[in-house]
Amino acid sequence: MNTLVEKYIKKESLPYIFCPGCGNGIVLNATIHAIEALGIKEDTACVSGIGCSSWIPPYLNMDVMHTIHGRAIAFAEGLKLSQPKKNIIVFTGDGDCLAIGGNHLLHAAKRNINITVIMVNNYIYGMTGGQKSPTTPIDARTKTSPYGAMDEPIDGCGVAISAGATFCSRWTVGHPNQLKKAIREGITHNGFSFIEVLSPCPVQAGKSIFKERDSWKIIQRIKENAVVTSKWEGGDKEGKMTIGNFKKELKRKEYTEKIQNLKDEIIYKSNGR
Amino acid sequence: MNITIDKMYCKGCEICVNACPKGVFAISQERNRYGTFFPWVMEKEKCMVCQLCEIMCPDGCINVEMEA
Repeated sequence: MNTLVEKYIKKESLPYIFCPGCGNGIVLNATIHAIEALGIKEDTACVSGIGCSSWIPPYLNMDVMHTIHGRAIAFAEGLKLSQPKKNIIVFTGDGDCLAIGGNHLLHAAKRNINITVIMVNNYIYGMTGGQKSPTTPIDARTKTSPYGAMDEPIDGCGVAISAGATFCSRWTVGHPNQLKKAIREGITHNGFSFIEVLSPCPVQAGKSIFKERDSWKIIQRIKENAVVTSKWEGGDKEGKMTIGNFKKELKRKEYTEKIQNLKDEIIYKSNGR
Repeated sequence: MNITIDKMYCKGCEICVNACPKGVFAISQERNRYGTFFPWVMEKEKCMVCQLCEIMCPDGCINVEMEA
């Protein structure tokens, strides 16, 4: 067992529930490396919703919360407001974050609350058996789209940026060091951070989208289909998906600070009367 | 330098075999308790301690240790 992973994991609950070759383990490793580099194990809490990717935090040996479907960001906001000194990391999937939890993502981004959302995008509903998700590419034959998916896929980073997220980046699991750096930067950033990770699902997405069982080959396909850009110019560039650190804005005020200011003002006014 | 692989938790996804830029790992012919072929360290001298296998292993099985 890796010594660093061993330090952060509940060893009694091993092995992980993930299928062989799942990208969630790599996201977990990158997060562990980022937390270790910052030295904030005791001051961090992880929140997740429902889905394959939401099984990442329950293995961590720190404060974790496994909540209801789609509401991971809502729970995280509540936790942040009650404990403003904690660093909150939300693990969520494409279905959890963009389908049922889409409205929470919009509002958290609009408020600019200081949480870090890591969205693991595997292009499909993996846990329930391979149904079409909001990010499934056009013409993919899944269980619920047997004649090919018709809808235009939703771009998570595009949604977050247009809703006003102040930190946004997208990497694949084939770029673990860049991902590690992005997570570290997202945690230290004072404001809403959105990090999308393109991840392989060798079982469900491998069956219906990539037509490939080998996890490494899917990772290579995702890497080949991505192009690195330094700033946000749309989700697509020459038919390839853009990846990179898209946005970092420091001007906007953070939500918990605003709430604290309002609280102080009300207390001051009521005492002055 | 010492490379250890935890055979107990390895699921045999072969990501490490492909991710290593120097080709240190190879698939063995033994099976672990999942019934999968786990990797073994073939050419240890080639390792340059980039620790990419450590972070790329989804089950956290690989440990690369530098000798003091």
